[in-house]
This record gives sequence, structure tokens and C-alpha cells, in this order.
Amino acid sequence: MTEVFLLPLAVLLPLLMACCVHVSADRFARPLQWVGALGMATLVLALVAHDAPMRTVLGGWEAPLGIELVADRLAKTLLVFTLLVYAAVLLYAEGYFAQSPIEARRFRPLAWLLWAACNAAFLSDDLFNLYVTLELAGLTAVGLAALSGHPKALAAALRYLLAALLAANLFLLGLALLYGSTGVLSLRMLAAAVEPGTASLLAFVLLVTALALKTALLPLHTWLPPAHGGAVTPVSALLSALVIKVSFVILLKLWLHFAPVLDLVVLGQGLAVMGALAVVWGSLLALRQQRLKMLVAYSTVAQVGYLFLPFAWLRPGTPAAAVAFDASVLQILGHGFAKAAMFLAAGVLLRAAGRDGLEGLQGAASRQPLAVFALALAGISLIGLPPSLGFSAKWSMLQAALLAGQWPWVLLLLTGSLLTAAYVFRAIRYAFLPAPDVSELRPVPALMSYSALLLAVLAAFGGLGTATLAAWLEIEIAGWPEALP
Amino acid sequence: MSAIAMDAATLWWVLGTALTFLGLGVMLAAPALLRKLLAFNVMGSGVFLVLLALRPRGPDGVADPIAQALVLTGIVIAIASTALGLMLARRYHLATGRDSLPEDAPEGTDD
Repeated sequence: MTEVFLLPLAVLLPLLMACCVHVSADRFARPLQWVGALGMATLVLALVAHDAPMRTVLGGWEAPLGIELVADRLAKTLLVFTLLVYAAVLLYAEGYFAQSPIEARRFRPLAWLLWAACNAAFLSDDLFNLYVTLELAGLTAVGLAALSGHPKALAAALRYLLAALLAANLFLLGLALLYGSTGVLSLRMLAAAVEPGTASLLAFVLLVTALALKTALLPLHTWLPPAHGGAVTPVSALLSALVIKVSFVILLKLWLHFAPVLDLVVLGQGLAVMGALAVVWGSLLALRQQRLKMLVAYSTVAQVGYLFLPFAWLRPGTPAAAVAFDASVLQILGHGFAKAAMFLAAGVLLRAAGRDGLEGLQGAASRQPLAVFALALAGISLIGLPPSLGFSAKWSMLQAALLAGQWPWVLLLLTGSLLTAAYVFRAIRYAFLPAPDVSELRPVPALMSYSALLLAVLAAFGGLGTATLAAWLEIEIAGWPEALP
Repeated sequence: MSAIAMDAATLWWVLGTALTFLGLGVMLAAPALLRKLLAFNVMGSGVFLVLLALRPRGPDGVADPIAQALVLTGIVIAIASTALGLMLARRYHLATGRDSLPEDAPEGTDD
């Protein structure tokens, strides 16, 4: 009975908060945010504590006419993930925007709106509803990317918007083809009603292309670095930790539903190969960057590549499937925490130095030890050293590759880690160089470093909980039927 | 009667596909932001036509209400997206004097 209230509330509460913080004066908006965040924490805890999968039909209309919200264990994991990222970013934003109340006023409602979009995407089980959440997240993200109003940020936001619009139309076209042939939209019913064949596969490829464009898979990644690297820092963290995960999670959900009915082997290998190219090319581009935030943004291109590798092994009825599924979830969490931490730490260092070139980092290790520590911890997770979440993700991918008998992927994983280590150490090396001029130091609220550190610690030590998480998520993939001929 | 209905559905289907590809092509090729946004709307209309053409009637023989609701929602989203795009493009034009993004500009520019 409780799910009737809890599931819609996970979307309604942030939506309501977005309206409230928008209309309230600055001095009320801040305490109001903490009340809202506490409310969200309670809500997410209540959802996780409810062990059984939760389902609710909105307005009492059953599918196929109505829309279902489903909180399975995957969705619950992602709700907790979103909550943790938001807790750190909202704390950080208070310090970051302390000198610029106008930007704070623009940031707060958009950030809450984005939270509603993320939660709605994770909970929806209806293809059209997923499209709406994708649009909501995309448009909010564009608004956030343009927050500073700087011409460069505007150009990046426009490029981002055009990519998002193109993806939206492709997604809608795929949806039209599927709906035209089946007459249903609920993922569960679609998977049961869809006829294996070229037409359904074409529709699925359209959906996958749209989502790959939104997740910035190579070669559709060119919009990402300027949008993520050029936004104000709290926004960069939200965009890279959450927004690209929304489209990826939708893709993962579609995959879990359609892989048992459609022949996705070739498509899966294709996505994994593009992912492999993204890992190498994104890392090489990150190595060449001269500005810290652009380095972190190009690193996202490479890390998105890792997200797509598990599709090579996500086939029903194979022993590698469960491990590959774990790898996807671990990579979502690992990259989300680590990349948000990295952007937040980078924001502290850049503000202290007053410029965003890598050489501005000189002396940072002694002036801003906490932020450099957070940067290093996040780097450990991106490289994939134990006991980080990044390590667990890459270890699971390694296991899946070996289980599937595809050992060449091992070489790619090693190369990727080496390249990642190269660009992470390049940034950290600058931080340990002696400072050229001590008088340049600008004060930065300690709160900002601590929130970066919070996420970095989660990324660097989260791998310790891998076994628990894998056992908890097992049920989501165990229900997969054997592969159809 | 049914042959005429079939023909109408095919006509909408073909028109919708044509508009979709037309919009897609212009969206990718045209440098001007305003044209890109217009092309997005043309492409969107094409997709809506395809959706309605593929699903003109529900299982009970009357017009499928869900397909129409989807298209209505889609139109609302497209309008909101276009409005955001126009606002950003206008701001960008005011700030830089450009009507296209630097990467798409016809002649080589700085920046």
C-alpha cells in the first residue's frame, strides 16, 4: 500500500522543491533546501528498506493505458546514488555560489528539477514516460550548462541542445515504430508483444542510437567536453555524474527487456567496440588538454566507453551476463562518484589559483591538501586500483570477458587503465610542483573541499561493498529467460 | 473502402518518413541555428505523422487515443525545446553577433 505514495513522491518532492526554492527569497531558500534534502533522504531510505519490488499504477489506470512506476533493486540503487551525489553537490554549491547570488538563484530550481527528472527516469517502466524524463533531464541540463551566461557556455549549451533534440527525435521515431506494431508502451508488455525481426530491430537500433548520442558514446561525443568542461563547477559535477547516466540507465533497461526477445549479439559487440575506441581516444584527448576541467571532461568520454563494454557480454543464458550486469552498475556508480568528486576538487583548485590552466595547480598540494587528496582518490577509482568502485567495475568486466572466452578485451582494459593513470598523474604532478608565488592564494570555503572528499571516499573505498551489492542485485538478472533462437 | 484507408495510411507514412529525413538532413547540414531549430520541428512533425500513420486505429476500430495523446505530448515538448533553443540562440547572437556556432560557421573564424 505504501508504494502508492512513496514512488510518486520520489518525483513529486523534488519537483515541489524546485518550485519552492524558485519563488522563495535567498535566506529562506537555503534552509528550505536542507529540509527538502532531508525529506528526500528519508524517502529513499524508506524505499530501500521496503525489500520487495514496488510497483504502482499512476491514477489507478492499469497498463496498457496507464503508466507504471517500478522500484526494483536497480532503481533503488540508483536512487541512493543520486541522493549521495546531490548531498555533496548541494553542500558544495552553497560555498561555490556564496559570492554570486544570481547564479545561486538560477542553480537551485534547475538542480531540483533535474533531481526529479533523474528519479522519474530510474522509476519509469513506460517507453513514452522514459522519453519524457529524457527530455526533462536534457532540457534542464542545457539550462544548467548555460547558467553563467558566458558566450562560450551559451555556445556549448546550444551544441548540447541540438544534440539532445536530434536524439529526442530519433528516440521518438524508434518508439513510433515499436508502438505502431505492438500498441503497448510498458517495457514489460513491449518485450512480450514485440515480434523478433528486422522491423523491431530497426526500431531498437534507433532507440539505442538516440541514447548513445545522449550518453556521448564515440563518435557522438563532440558536444560533451565543452558542455561539461565549460559549465560552472557544481553543474559540471551533476552533468557528468547523473545526466549521462540517465540516458545510459534507460538503455540498460531497454537492453534487459529486449535482449531475451531480439537478436542483439551483433549490436552488443558493435557498442562494445565503439566503447573500446572511446576509452583509447578519450584518454588520449584527455592527455593533451591544457586546462584541468577540460581534462576531466575528456576523461568522461573515455569513461563512457567503459559503460558500453558490458553490452558485449549481456546475453541471456550465458554465464557472463550476471557479471556484465554488475560491471555496468558498478561503472555507473564508480564513474558517477569519482567524476563528480574530480570536478568538485578541480573547482576548489581553480578558484584557489584564480585561473584554469594546469600550470595554475602548482603548489596546490600544500595550499589545498584536501582537494588534491580528493582529486587523487577519485583518480584511483578512474584508473581502477583496488579497493575502488572503478576497480570492481573493471574487474567484473575482466571476469565477464574471460567467462565469454573473449580475452582480447583484457588488453583493452589494461591499456585503458595505463592511459587513465597517465592523465591523472599528469594533473597531480602539477599540484606537487613548488608554488611560483604564494601571494596569489585566494580563500576557498573548506566546505567545498569536504564535499569533494566525501564523494572521492565513496568512489575510492566503495569497492569494498561490491560483493554485497552484487548479491543484492542478483535477482534483477536472475529472472532472465534463456536466449530465444 | 479498406483499400482507400490503406492508401491514406501509406500516404501519411511516406510523407512522414520524407519529412523526417528532410529535417534530419537540414539539421545536420545547415549552419544557421534558426534553420537547425526549424529543421528539428520539421523532423518532429515527420515523426508524429509516422506515429499516427502506423497506429490510426486502436484494437476496437476507433481512433487510437493513446497515439494522439503521445503526439500531443510530443508537440508540447517540441515547443518547449524550440523556445529554449530560440532563447539561447538569441542570447548568443546578442553576446557575439553570430547566428551559427563557431564549429559550423561557413568561413574559418577565430575562437
